[in-house]
Amino acid sequence: MKIHEYQGKQIFARYGVPIPKGQVAATVDEVVAAAEAVGYPCVVKAQVHVGGRGKAGGVKLAADAAAARGAGEAILGMDIKGLTVQQVLVEEAIGIAAEYYLGITLDRANQRNVLIVSAAGGIDIEEVAAKTPEKVLRVPIDPAFGLLPHQITAALYAAGIDAAAIREATRFIKLLDQAYRDIDASLAEINPLVLTTDGRVVAADAKINIDDNALFRHKELAALSEDALTDPLEIEAHRRGLQFVRLEAANLAGAAPAVGVIGNGAGLVMGTLDEVTRVGAPHGIGPANFLDIGGGARAEVVRNALELVVSNPDVRGVFINIFGGITRCDEVAKGILEATGALDLQVPLVIRLTGTNEDEGRRILAEQSSYQPYTDFGAAAAKIVELVAAA
Amino acid sequence: MGILLGRQTRVLVQGLTGREGSFHAQQMIAYGTKVVAGVTPGKGGGTHLEVPIFDTVAGAVAATGAEASCIFVPAAFAGDAICEAAEAGVPLIVCITEGIPTADMIRACAYVKARGARLVGPNCPGLLTVGEAKMGIIPPQIAKPGVVGMVSRSGTLTYEAADLLSRAGLGLTTIVGIGGDPVLGTRFADVLPLFEADPATRAIVLIGEIGGTDEEAAAALVPQLSKPVVGFVGGRSAPEGKRMGHAGAIVSGNLGTAASKVAALEAVGVAVPLTLAEIPGCVAKALG
Repeated sequence: MKIHEYQGKQIFARYGVPIPKGQVAATVDEVVAAAEAVGYPCVVKAQVHVGGRGKAGGVKLAADAAAARGAGEAILGMDIKGLTVQQVLVEEAIGIAAEYYLGITLDRANQRNVLIVSAAGGIDIEEVAAKTPEKVLRVPIDPAFGLLPHQITAALYAAGIDAAAIREATRFIKLLDQAYRDIDASLAEINPLVLTTDGRVVAADAKINIDDNALFRHKELAALSEDALTDPLEIEAHRRGLQFVRLEAANLAGAAPAVGVIGNGAGLVMGTLDEVTRVGAPHGIGPANFLDIGGGARAEVVRNALELVVSNPDVRGVFINIFGGITRCDEVAKGILEATGALDLQVPLVIRLTGTNEDEGRRILAEQSSYQPYTDFGAAAAKIVELVAAA
Repeated sequence: MGILLGRQTRVLVQGLTGREGSFHAQQMIAYGTKVVAGVTPGKGGGTHLEVPIFDTVAGAVAATGAEASCIFVPAAFAGDAICEAAEAGVPLIVCITEGIPTADMIRACAYVKARGARLVGPNCPGLLTVGEAKMGIIPPQIAKPGVVGMVSRSGTLTYEAADLLSRAGLGLTTIVGIGGDPVLGTRFADVLPLFEADPATRAIVLIGEIGGTDEEAAAALVPQLSKPVVGFVGGRSAPEGKRMGHAGAIVSGNLGTAASKVAALEAVGVAVPLTLAEIPGCVAKALG
């Protein structure tokens, strides 16, 4: 789960990491009030869960109230990579003497967390690492012993951080490490960490991702999880407890996201998206969503899933792909009947049903509906594409 | 005996008396697995499914000589359950539980490694030694005995592929579901040498998906194998930065893409078909 910069900074502040003076604003009037409170010059920064907001015009400097109003008008409501800006962070502008990168994240390949330090801050660290790997210092964190102070200092010297900032940066990293562990983060990043012209060291940005699996033990963070979603369909899926991801034409090489996909098991659903993408490509048709009903899903879950998928106006057909292992085909069939009975489905539905209790599932559908489920995955995918293309 | 589990392996089940544990332990026993003990703190001394229940793993191991543990403990407690099994000297631990915090898994993996045990999972369907025994939730009817060893990050894709291989008459030896989490006890590169050493396995099917670099690490091992490998990579159409169901199935920037995995596998001569249906044909062709 991603949280916003201002939320990340609130967490940093709790740990004593210095951050610029700032306030969140959701309306133009609030922007001006916030600017008056933090003083001029100030910076108005879009709060969205994508990178590259600066390049997109989502960060503006304001020298007075009129400029703050102008920045608020320009940024609030603007679209950055498909996301609408609903909030901005108004902060005091800081005089920058040097910018560094500090981050802790999960290193999957080595199955541990890693501290990353670079004197080349303020730009995309992945780019720095790709072009000049020698400028990025990586310190693996031992799961048993944690991050040791001497490792931090050694990394900062090796990265070429200015002597004036080493002591503060060391303190920052200790706090960052503490916060990372306390909140079950999967990423905690300060980019840039700024050495100011008046000799202070300040976290100018904050990027924190939280491990979704750990939200059960962080009630205060779990409350932010809906806030992290912006798509109304994803919000509704979250409320219904469904594993749902919406796909857009931009993800599909321009094909229309027209086929709603429901399946059991993340791998099978991913495989289904791939297959619909493949056979749909010549017709300009692609999958509209990922929706995994999980193992052992009951009829109610199937009904919930189908309702959600067809509420997406992009969807011109639905493909339900079930390989019954723990999931029982008869339960899925009952769910399909319940949902289609209640929904008055206006789009074609293709069902692929095989595995546990397959015969019972087929019997239920045959007796109470006109649906004729497929056994073969490929044939079913081709059929839904054909029906959507013809409609 | 499969690569990890046989009909003589003495298996204990942590969380045997729970809803999931009880249902799947029953299926494991029905398949012929030697389930010798269950562990549920507070229920020691009783029996469930005619299996003796113990309060601790150490107690169960001392009384029954259990040499493998299958874990169905809720996510909040599963990381510690893994550590408890390793501490008690259980050499093979299979954790089915989904949703364990990553921090808990980093610690558990290090703990297990330090004690010389092997962990499979978490968030996995477990192990099936075809015709002998199973630990976990793989529905056994999908796999007929044969010559293919399968290792996979996904449950249902495994079932689908195993079913296709069985229908094609190739059949399977052992299926290892390694799991869909970012931090796993056993990875592709750990399993390939086991299949290489297994006389019953003649070909290997590796089913990967987006996220991480474990498929690339496995590809680096392939030139050392004498047996053919056929691959599949799920999530070719997945958008960047979105978690596709599994906690580990996410493309971050340009890391963990399907394209990178397919390229790495193909570069070492692994056939990576676009559809599951082509897997049996690729295996048959590789076997000549």
